[in-house]
Amino acid sequence: MNKIIRINMNDLSTRIEDVPAAWAGLGGRGLTSTIVAAEVPPTCHALGPNNKLVFAPGLLTGTPAANSGRLSAGAKSPLTGTIKESNAGGTAAQMLARLGIKALIIEGIPAEDKWYSLHVSMDGVAIREESELVGKWNFAVIEAIEARLGKKTGILTIGPAGEMKMTAANISVKDPDSKIRSHGRGGLGAVMGSKKIKFISIDDQGAPKVPIADPEKFKTAARVFAKALMDHPVSGEGLPTYGTNVLVNILNEAGGLPTRNFTSGRFDGADKISGETMNETITARGGKVKHGCHAGCIIQCSQVYHDQQGKYVTSGFEYETIWGLGADCCIDNLDDIARADSLMDDIGIDSIETAVMFGVAMEAGILQWGDSREMLRILAEEIGRGTPLGRILGGGAGSVGKTYGVTRVPVVKNQGIPAYDPRSVKGIGITYATSTMGADHTAGYTIATNILNVGGYVDPLKKDGQVELSRNLQIATAAVDSTGMCIFIAFPALDIPECLPALIDMINARFGISLTGDDVTNLGKHILKVERQFNIEAGFSNIHDRLPEFFTTEKVAPHNAIWDFSGDEIDEFWNF
Amino acid sequence: MQVTVKLFATFRNGRFKVTSQELTEGTACRTIMLGLELTEEQIGVVLVNGRHAALDQGLHEGDTLALFPLVGGG
Ligand code: SF4
Repeated sequence: MNKIIRINMNDLSTRIEDVPAAWAGLGGRGLTSTIVAAEVPPTCHALGPNNKLVFAPGLLTGTPAANSGRLSAGAKSPLTGTIKESNAGGTAAQMLARLGIKALIIEGIPAEDKWYSLHVSMDGVAIREESELVGKWNFAVIEAIEARLGKKTGILTIGPAGEMKMTAANISVKDPDSKIRSHGRGGLGAVMGSKKIKFISIDDQGAPKVPIADPEKFKTAARVFAKALMDHPVSGEGLPTYGTNVLVNILNEAGGLPTRNFTSGRFDGADKISGETMNETITARGGKVKHGCHAGCIIQCSQVYHDQQGKYVTSGFEYETIWGLGADCCIDNLDDIARADSLMDDIGIDSIETAVMFGVAMEAGILQWGDSREMLRILAEEIGRGTPLGRILGGGAGSVGKTYGVTRVPVVKNQGIPAYDPRSVKGIGITYATSTMGADHTAGYTIATNILNVGGYVDPLKKDGQVELSRNLQIATAAVDSTGMCIFIAFPALDIPECLPALIDMINARFGISLTGDDVTNLGKHILKVERQFNIEAGFSNIHDRLPEFFTTEKVAPHNAIWDFSGDEIDEFWNF
Repeated sequence: MQVTVKLFATFRNGRFKVTSQELTEGTACRTIMLGLELTEEQIGVVLVNGRHAALDQGLHEGDTLALFPLVGGG
C-alpha cells in the first residue's frame, strides 16, 4: 500500500500522491475518518461539492489473514449530518489493496450534468463519461460491466436510490458470485450520486501480491488467528450454520426483539422467520447455508436463499433485515422478506434504514401492518422509480416520521435504530446514543455481553456497567474497523486469549513494526475522538447523544422495561 | 408443577423445539439440562421467563426455560 489517488470531479482530473507519514499506520475506518476530518468542512452540505467520498481497504486487507477483506467508505453523511464510516465485504477491497491503493479520495462535483464512471487499474484511475447504465438497477449494472470488462472486474455501484440522492441510499459492492454486499448505512450512495459517479470498476491484473515484511511471523500468527476463529462456537459453528439470523429467537426470548415499530419486545411470528427455520428452508430447497462475502472469509455467515421452486432469490440475508421487515413490520413470511432483500440490493438502499422506515410507515398508515405485498410494490414502484412518496420513504425512518407526524420514530441522529430494543438491552442503548455514526449496533455490540454471554455477562435490564461496556467495545471496534477485519472476529477475540495478540502480530509482521495491545486501544480511542470532534464542529453536542423520547415514556413488554439513563449518565461515556 | 422447556439452534437436533414437563416444584435448570443429555460445557445461554439465569436456579409453576448453545450475530 503506497499511494493515495485523488479524483477531482470538478475538473475531471486524477492525481496519484504519496502517503503522508501521518496516514501510514492507518487503514479502513481509521484512515477514512482521518481524511474526512482533515479535509471536509464539518458544516458543508453532505451532497455539495465540499464533501469527499473516501474508500480505504484495511491494514491487513489483501494479505492471507482470514476475514480481512473489508472495505471502508467514509464521508459526511447526508442522513445524519455526522461523519460516517460504513464497511462492507465483496471483492473490491482486496483488489484495491493489491493495486497498492491506500485510499481513493473523490472530491468535487462535475460542472456539466453528466454521469461518469471511474476505472481503477495498474494505470491509475480513468474518469469516463457514462450514459448506457444511468438509471439501471444494480444487478443489471453488474451484468453489463462484466460483459464489458470481464467477469473478474471489481465493482462499486449505486442504484436508482443513489442516483436520486435518497438519504438511505447505499453503495453496492460486487461479491465473488456477482451478487451484492453493501456499504449500507448513512446514505453514502447519495454522496456518490451527488458526485455523478454511477459505478467504479476495478481491474487488478498485473498487480503484485501485498508485501509482507516478516512472512514467517505472519504465517504463524495467521494460523493462531484462524484457529481461534474456528474454535469459538459462535464463529466456528453458530454463524456458518444459522447466519446472523440465529438472533431472532434469542432476542425474542429475551424480550429485546423490537416488534410493531418498537411497541413490544416479542413477536408472535418469530419462529417462522428465525435462523433455525431459515436453515431448514435453505437446506430443503437446495440453497447454501454458508457462504463468504469475500475470498478468505472462513466464518461464512452469509447464505444463498432459494424460493420454493429452487430458484435463487437472495444472499447475505441478514438478521437486521429479517428482524426489521419481519418483527418490526409484523411480516412472518421469510420468502417475501427475501424478495424485499433482493429488491433493496437492486435499488441500492440500506436494508436496515428501509426496514425501520417501513415500521414507521405502517404506523403512519401508508400501508397495513404485515402487508408484504404492498411493501414489495412500494419498494419497486415508489422508491425504485422515485415517485414523490418513494422519495419520502427513501429518506429513511426520520423522513417518513416527520412527513406524517409520527412521534414514535426510532432514530438517533436521524439514523434508524436496529434490531435490539434499548429498553430491554440497555448497553446497546448507550451505543446508539453515543456512537459517532448515529444509531449503529455494530459500533459497540453490547449484545455479545448483554445477551449472548460472550466476553462475560452484564445484565441487560440493569443500568450497571453498560456505559463502560459500550465504551470498551466502541474503542475496540474502531480499531478493528481499521484492520479490514470483519467485526465477527470480535466473538473469538472477546473469549479466546490468543486471538487479539495474533491479530496484532499479523499487523506487525505485515509492516515490520511493533504495536502493542495498548497502541491498538489508543488507536481506537483516537479514532473515536477524531470523529467526535468532526461532529462537534458540525453542530452536534451531548444533547444529540440521546434516545428518542418515547423510549423514556413507553414501557416495553415482556419486562416492562424503560429507558432510564439520565443525560449525565450517558455523557460519562466520553470520559476517556 | 408444569414448566415449558424450549430448545434452540443445534440443541433441537434429535430433541424438540418446545415441550411441557411435569416436575417437582423447585427443580433446578441443571436437572432439566442433564435430562436432555446436554452438558454444562455446551450451554451458552439459560433464560428463565426471558431473564438470564444460572443453571442452579430452581423453577416454579408456569416458568419457561429456554436453553441455547453459544450463538451470535450482528
Ligand atoms: S463472517 Fe459474514 S460478514 Fe464477515 S466476512 Fe464472512 S461473510 Fe462477510
